[in-house]
Amino acid sequence: MKTHIIFGLTVLVLIIAFMFGSSYYKGKQAEKIGFMAQENASIFIRDHSQMFGSDDAKVYLIEFMDPACETCAAFSPFIKQIMDANPGKIKHVIRYAPFHHGADNFVKILEAAKKQGKYWETLDIMYKSQRYWASHSNPQPQKIWQFIPQAGVNVEQIRRDMNDPAIAKLIDQDLADAKTLNVRKTPGFFVNGKPLQTFGSRQLLQLVQDELLANYPN
Amino acid sequence: MSHLNQKSSSWNILFLCWLVSSVSAMGSLFFSYVMEFAPCVLCWYQRIFLFPLVIILAVGLFPIDKSVVKYALPLAIAGWLTAAYHNLLYAGIVPESIQPCSQGVSCTEEYIDLFGFLSIPMLSLLSFSTIIALLIILKMRTTK
Repeated sequence: MKTHIIFGLTVLVLIIAFMFGSSYYKGKQAEKIGFMAQENASIFIRDHSQMFGSDDAKVYLIEFMDPACETCAAFSPFIKQIMDANPGKIKHVIRYAPFHHGADNFVKILEAAKKQGKYWETLDIMYKSQRYWASHSNPQPQKIWQFIPQAGVNVEQIRRDMNDPAIAKLIDQDLADAKTLNVRKTPGFFVNGKPLQTFGSRQLLQLVQDELLANYPN
Repeated sequence: MSHLNQKSSSWNILFLCWLVSSVSAMGSLFFSYVMEFAPCVLCWYQRIFLFPLVIILAVGLFPIDKSVVKYALPLAIAGWLTAAYHNLLYAGIVPESIQPCSQGVSCTEEYIDLFGFLSIPMLSLLSFSTIIALLIILKMRTTK
């Protein structure tokens, strides 16, 4: 009987230690990143970063994404929903973390489309056609070119522009920032420098709402 | 009375063995789910050998059944061998060209470095070694 109690208590202690340890670690991590947000805001937003939303917006929703990432595509309508529900208050910032093999090419296409003023249209088309060219079991990156014209861009121009070394450089910069901020999966979200601690749409909405409340007290 | 004492100290050894495997299992989960280190292929093999130990050893505790060694030891040895290979790879003794995990997560990427020598593969090797040592001690007590 005594042994059962010892065993049961040990299991309990282990579980509590795990839970305590993880909340302690996440707290420390958030503190560290919060400090970086104050000291060095450019880690979150670089000059080259594509942004969507009003210039007066006080809530910055920073997303480290990969055009070939399914979850990023799945989150895209959700982010639009949040932004539509809070007009003028949120700014969506796109950062790149092309972790999928060969995904930096898709980022290059996106950046080349930016030069034609068709960034968001191209990203939208990429997300919508993603399952045809970025399937995990059978990736066919060449197929993306069938869909790009739907964004209303000059495809020949994109093929020329995407090899601009400046684009490769900005991808490297974003990857370096992702590493500093401990982004290991996409999408990686930060709201005004605060990391999304547990992943999920409900949690993201909560984080955005907290920041909205803090910056727009009624 | 001495028989009872022996029984309870065997239980303690097995309990300690279970504790080592449980702490290791939780540690590996902590690395991947809390610290978000992606486990490489070799780490997965070590986990495959480690996780069942947590269950098997716990089953052997109630009531104490020393034949658990027979089932647990092969798993622990397989885990130890994988960990040993992983350490050789990590230290660069086994050349990178024959490592099985060049795609995805690298098995040689350094995530943590405690006190200058404790890497994650080293932690794994240490815990498998401890588990094996405890199981052997238990086995020797049985045959005596």
